[in-house]
Amino acid sequence: MAVVFEKTKMLTDAPLHYCPGCTHGIAHRLVAEVLEEIGAEGHVVGVAPVGCAVFAYNYFNCDMQEAAHGRAPAVATGIKRVTPQNIVFAYQGDGDLASIGMAEIVHAAARGEKITVIFINNTIYGMTGGQMAPTTLIGEKATTCIYGRDAEKNGNPIKMCELLATLTGPSYIERVALYDAAHVRMAKKAIKKAFTHQVENRGFSFIEILSSCPTNWGMTPEQALAFVKTDMQNFYPLGVFKEVTE
Amino acid sequence: MAKITIKKESCKGCGLCVLSCPKKLLQISGTSNKNGYFVVEITDMKACIGCASCAMMCPDCVISVEK
Amino acid sequence: MKELMKGNEAIAEAAIRGGCRAFFGYPITPQNEIPEYMSWRLFEVGGTFVQAESEVASINMLYGACGAGARAMTSSSSPGISLMQEGISYICCAQVPCVIVNMVRGGPGLGGIQPAQGDYFQATKGGGHGDYHMIVYGPSSVQECVNIMYEAFDVADKYRVPVMILGDGMLGQIMEPVELPPMKDLSNLPKKEWATDGTGKGKDRRIINSLLINPDDLEAHNNYMLTVYEEIAKNETRYEEYMTEDAEIVLTAYGTVARIAKSAVNIMRANGMKVGLIRPITVYPFPNKAYKDLAEKASVKEFVCVELSVGQMIEDVKLATEGKKPVKFFGRNGGNVMSPEDIVAYVTKEA
Repeated sequence: MAVVFEKTKMLTDAPLHYCPGCTHGIAHRLVAEVLEEIGAEGHVVGVAPVGCAVFAYNYFNCDMQEAAHGRAPAVATGIKRVTPQNIVFAYQGDGDLASIGMAEIVHAAARGEKITVIFINNTIYGMTGGQMAPTTLIGEKATTCIYGRDAEKNGNPIKMCELLATLTGPSYIERVALYDAAHVRMAKKAIKKAFTHQVENRGFSFIEILSSCPTNWGMTPEQALAFVKTDMQNFYPLGVFKEVTE
Repeated sequence: MAKITIKKESCKGCGLCVLSCPKKLLQISGTSNKNGYFVVEITDMKACIGCASCAMMCPDCVISVEK
Repeated sequence: MKELMKGNEAIAEAAIRGGCRAFFGYPITPQNEIPEYMSWRLFEVGGTFVQAESEVASINMLYGACGAGARAMTSSSSPGISLMQEGISYICCAQVPCVIVNMVRGGPGLGGIQPAQGDYFQATKGGGHGDYHMIVYGPSSVQECVNIMYEAFDVADKYRVPVMILGDGMLGQIMEPVELPPMKDLSNLPKKEWATDGTGKGKDRRIINSLLINPDDLEAHNNYMLTVYEEIAKNETRYEEYMTEDAEIVLTAYGTVARIAKSAVNIMRANGMKVGLIRPITVYPFPNKAYKDLAEKASVKEFVCVELSVGQMIEDVKLATEGKKPVKFFGRNGGNVMSPEDIVAYVTKEA
């Protein structure tokens, strides 16, 4: 019998701290598998965010830097500029990337830094206990909008792929989701494409991953996947938003 | 002929693999691991087709698949 | 051969000769000549330059680059340095060696753009959150800026702490003749085993991190850093004394003000007054022992602390002299600079 699936060597043996059913773990694995497949081992540096993925440096089996809240694209810029031979990626959540770190992500993208950013959008602040995120859907409940997000009171959610796709610097932007095995496979393809853009020195690459947060959504893991598939996907359509081919 | 191996000590019993199995061969068992999670088990290994959908959906890399 | 150079440009060139190969910064007066110079000069030596979107981004780019092992720096002025405080705190905890230049201007708030020393507390006492220190130099001439900048990366690397050069608008803008040192040979620098150079895997991978969520780990780390600061105080404390042998009145000042104070000493000596000067070159670590020794001298009657602030370094002077002699204060602020004659007038009247 041949091995069809085993854990990639680009993940460490450390058990993930994520809640049961949280799809952060799937996203970690996909990034790590892609790093292995593109032969990045020995020349890759990752940047961990603040938020649920703060401990990402314990999981990716490569050199890692832990950034301040929202600053991962700036940290990744610094790393890539002084070691351009390395693959450099940042892994960020929605509060980190689309709220406090909006300036850093927009400008890293605008400069066309040759880095790859993996953006986990689960529409909520997970680590701090379920507060409203910049990506929280209208009507979605959070601990700082307990009756559901109201555009009048709380403003509107931000679509990062669409926003970044208006810039010249990015060379690849795609939104994917992790609600079933087929979409997980599609997400991996997208992540691989993003890293390939970096390997080929084309420009800034960005993958938004619609992800679940059963704990803070107050749902079972099954209900949470259904929420990603319906409510989230309705507002955040999947697809390629930018691709520079040459 | 396929085989899956479940690293029960790392399983959090979230059931995402159960949802993904096209043959409905996985279920959450009545046995818990040292972390207190009821872990997943396979009901009929012979019926497994080795599609690895369960492994695709597992957030904790608990399942490995051979075929 | 000496060259006539503006302070900011001399610092930039000295940094490059000292091994700087990356600069991240954001425009702010009165330090703009540093990024302007770096933006073309670094590429001549195979380095890199990024004009960041903000000082917040600059300091985090610096964290990334220096975490990856590069010799890199940023520069800014007071309001911009305030924006960098979060990053500096992270850098200190993660033990990332780097160099930060602050050409201080008047504050608080947007303040002014003229020379000031109101950032002394921020630079020497922390500035950001948590327990930490940087090595902070207060040079008083363009040549001293060059000399300190040239060695700053070596000092930062030795202790894995940031080095701050605390200048002021005058030092950045003034033109003086300077002797520039030769390009450092970077091929023989000690390898930074801790740096995220990308080669790490398995047990050997490197993690640059400031999250120590276990209280015992964080306490152990902070206590370890205390021993580093003690080592720094032992080895790196620098100061200059001028005519203190028989002085009855000891002026004390750092940076540009120390030069003005030195002129004041010369005037007063010519008038037959027994006045001297002690000038910290490192404002952190502060030269406590030198001050205490002076305070214990029978000939010394009092100290006069001269600053371009409402009185900040005076607190360290008082602590160092342990109440053995009175410490008076003479300062201007808001961007106003005293003349030597102003100091003479104060000392003649008050001391």
